[in-house]
Amino acid sequence: MAGVVDRIPDKAGIQHQIMLPWSKAFQMTRENIFVRFGRSVITASGIFLGTAFMSAVFFGGAAAAVKANLDLRQGITPQAAEMQARTIWLVTMSLVVATVGIVNSMLMSVTERYKEIGTMKCLGALDRFIVRLFILEALLLGVLGSVGGAVIGTAAMTIMWIGRIGAKNTLVAWVTPAVQLGGKPIQLWVCVVIGVLIGGILSALAALYPAWRAAKMPPAAALRSEF
Amino acid sequence: MTASTGEATGGSVYEYIVRTKDLAKYYVMGGQEVRALDHVALDIRRGEYVSIMGPSGSGKSTLFNMIGGLDKPTKGTVFIDEVDMAQLSATELAWLRCRKIGYIFQTFNLIPVMTAIENVTLPMVFAGLSTDEALDKGAELLKVVGLGDRRDHKPTELSGGQQQRVAIARALANDPAIILADEPTGNLDLRTGKEIIALLKRMNEEKNVTIISATHDLKMIDVSDRVVWIRDGKIERIEERADIEVNVGVMEGEES
Repeated sequence: MAGVVDRIPDKAGIQHQIMLPWSKAFQMTRENIFVRFGRSVITASGIFLGTAFMSAVFFGGAAAAVKANLDLRQGITPQAAEMQARTIWLVTMSLVVATVGIVNSMLMSVTERYKEIGTMKCLGALDRFIVRLFILEALLLGVLGSVGGAVIGTAAMTIMWIGRIGAKNTLVAWVTPAVQLGGKPIQLWVCVVIGVLIGGILSALAALYPAWRAAKMPPAAALRSEF
Repeated sequence: MTASTGEATGGSVYEYIVRTKDLAKYYVMGGQEVRALDHVALDIRRGEYVSIMGPSGSGKSTLFNMIGGLDKPTKGTVFIDEVDMAQLSATELAWLRCRKIGYIFQTFNLIPVMTAIENVTLPMVFAGLSTDEALDKGAELLKVVGLGDRRDHKPTELSGGQQQRVAIARALANDPAIILADEPTGNLDLRTGKEIIALLKRMNEEKNVTIISATHDLKMIDVSDRVVWIRDGKIERIEERADIEVNVGVMEGEES
């Protein structure tokens, strides 16, 4: 048996002897999301609702501008400035609420897996493998949730505004600047894409702290926890 | 996978695979210091089957955690193959857990979302085996523990005894030198418990794995080379197999 005389390799060698390839981590994460589908839906729905709301607000801003014949490209009128301030305020709030939601469900999701984390560490997982698995899971859920939210949010608003300002004007709204950032007008669809990216990144960040804390626990303590 | 002795593969081989020196673990509970382990000196020989016996709360699980590098002692040292565990970095400790030690728990601790084969191959993934190699070896190990036909079952679809068999196969994944078992029969009925003990003994003999089991299951005495009795965090006495042979008959009689 090889194990009997195996010595611990030196610093350079050991990095190649304990590993979790990204492909395998991705596969484990994907299975985890499907097997714990209910939990995944709850985690993703926080960011889903946040992004849906955010897209709707952006859309509303752009469509209202089209309706009022305002164009952010032609300098900011007091009316446009007020509308923009309101848009940014609503979007910020929706993202804050969504982030609190994800942090909360990631904390739950990590806590109920303490025992699993302890077991993985017994099997030779490094702390960073655990963090990697949770970040990957949160990132996937965040991207899925925010893409879904953006699609549903803009679809709902498109239908609504077609009724109000007609199909042609609604299409115009799509390429109309929704906000102005640092003097640069940003078109609606760019705002939505940026929103989706922020959604994914925020949920990965939300997982970072709980995952890191759980990974750092001594395995004995993680295994003792009952859930 | 043929079982060969350490000498055959070359390299340095020590007589004692695990040594603890003046090992102590103190907890503070409600402002009071609890000495879960105190002055424990224990030498375990390569290839031995050692049972650590004692009532619950005697410190045997704490000793299990210290030997397995799952928790840090308050004082004293644990040597695995003459390497002081306290000196190891996090990566080295993970390497040790991955390749040198196999763990078995009372509550099986299989990953609930993974199938039997995925559970068994997880340590192999960490050890860098390719997927094909891992699947072959995992299937082989499941056959060895008698679960060749259950490879794609999830833990919830397996009985307690079957789950523990998967856990044993997983513990053997990277051909460890030591298997640490914490109350491996604690959640099993009498007959299943006996089967699990027999399986552990078979692995001990066939693969020359050192088995260290914390338990209060008297059935375990029968297969043990040595029994370490622990009480109040201290080693009460260590009995060699020859000394306990007489008692076993009585205990077996009580149970059946």
